Amino acid sequence: MAINTAGTMTPKRPAGTLYRGREGMWSWVLHRITGVAIFFFLLVHILDTSMVRISPEAYNAVISTYQNPIMGLGETALVAAIVYHAFNGIRIILIDLWSKGAKYQRVMFWVVIGLWVVTMLGFAPRHLINVFSHVGGA
Amino acid sequence: MATAVADATAGAPAPEAPIEAFTVTLIIRRFDPDVDDEPRWQDFDVQMFATDRILDALHKIKWEQDGSLTFRRSCAHGICGSDAMRINGRNRLACKTLIKDLDITKPIYVEAIKGLPLEKDLIVDMEPFFASYREVQPFLQSATEPPKDKERVQSVADRARFDDTTKCILCAACTSSCPVFWTDGQYFGPAAIVNAHRFIFDSRDEAASTRLDILNDKEGVWRCRTTFNCTDACPRGIQVTQAIAEVKQAIMRGKP
Ligand code: HEM
Ligand code: SF4
Ligand code: FES
Repeated sequence: MAINTAGTMTPKRPAGTLYRGREGMWSWVLHRITGVAIFFFLLVHILDTSMVRISPEAYNAVISTYQNPIMGLGETALVAAIVYHAFNGIRIILIDLWSKGAKYQRVMFWVVIGLWVVTMLGFAPRHLINVFSHVGGA
Repeated sequence: MATAVADATAGAPAPEAPIEAFTVTLIIRRFDPDVDDEPRWQDFDVQMFATDRILDALHKIKWEQDGSLTFRRSCAHGICGSDAMRINGRNRLACKTLIKDLDITKPIYVEAIKGLPLEKDLIVDMEPFFASYREVQPFLQSATEPPKDKERVQSVADRARFDDTTKCILCAACTSSCPVFWTDGQYFGPAAIVNAHRFIFDSRDEAASTRLDILNDKEGVWRCRTTFNCTDACPRGIQVTQAIAEVKQAIMRGKP
């Protein structure tokens, strides 16, 4: 940034500005991020579950490493991602297939956010209490 | 200016109230292929009235400050579709964007539309955009003769079916607002689909299935991720994403 005669800042970066899309664009950005995140989780999950076929002991060893607060927080994030992806996925299906879907896409986005908040309020406290009550033994 | 209206007494012409002018800072993304390796931002201060448009600001800069500033415009009234550009991060027609609708306490960023090859300053190469447009066969096709010495008849309801998509002025604001198009220049893009929709749902046309086939391509309607950037950008208020959804459904049905 350089200060010029007008006293404003002229950006140095040659790249353009970030496109200022609205709800539709950000809902898609989130949908893709959560979709890719869920994909990588499933990949790991298939690998760890397949340990059962090697030996139940190896499986138990891997699974027990998950039982710590960091993983507990990770599980919360995973559920948050899946819940958003699922609700917004239904929104996208309605946009494509319901004749009034495109018209109500913005309303439906806020419904998705509302449902997400309600679901997470139901899930996160229970889950985190469960996770942190085991901290330090047990 | 509101006071000028209130002061006007019936019968007598309104006294000339001084119209307030503002200093507006525009930061424009410049690129001269003969000199620059990459685009650079340059700012200009211009005196503007609230009723002026960004196009007027560009004119003032070109005519009074820097004649090398390059942009396209023709009609200056939102008809020809020449001057789509990114204004404060959103695709707009410069000739339809009023200063009063922008926050002029901050500089206004103006840059070329995204996803098409940048040629100079605010001008991009529109050829890939028009190539996609041509590919959807945007003209009436019918093998049946019209009634002798008569036009082809169409009911009001049949005409209304595709009314929205007749309004397109091919400005490319929609196509160049689409995140899918930015990363995949092969995607037909919203404007081509809008113009296909115009004929697919025209009761007089007989080539709907050809166009549906073309758009069933891997780079066709299924690339659409419903971000609604196109609908938000269209200066004609066309419900672009709705039109794309209707074409998707027509492909699934196998008929319009
Ligand atoms: C819970 C049920 C699910 C629903 C209702 C759902 C729904 C959808 C829908 C409708 C799309 C299309 C998005 C678009 O057209 O823009 C999509 C995209 C996607 N989904 Fe899901 N999905 C679900 C679960 C999953 C899972 C388990 C994964 C991970 C393996 C996943 C990964 C993805 C990815 C990577 C995309 C691509 C995103 C994009 O193209 O922008 N989804 N999902
Ligand atoms: S649909 Fe709208 S934004 Fe797209 S090219 Fe036509 S007029 Fe421009
Ligand atoms: S100059 Fe013709 S549309 Fe703006």
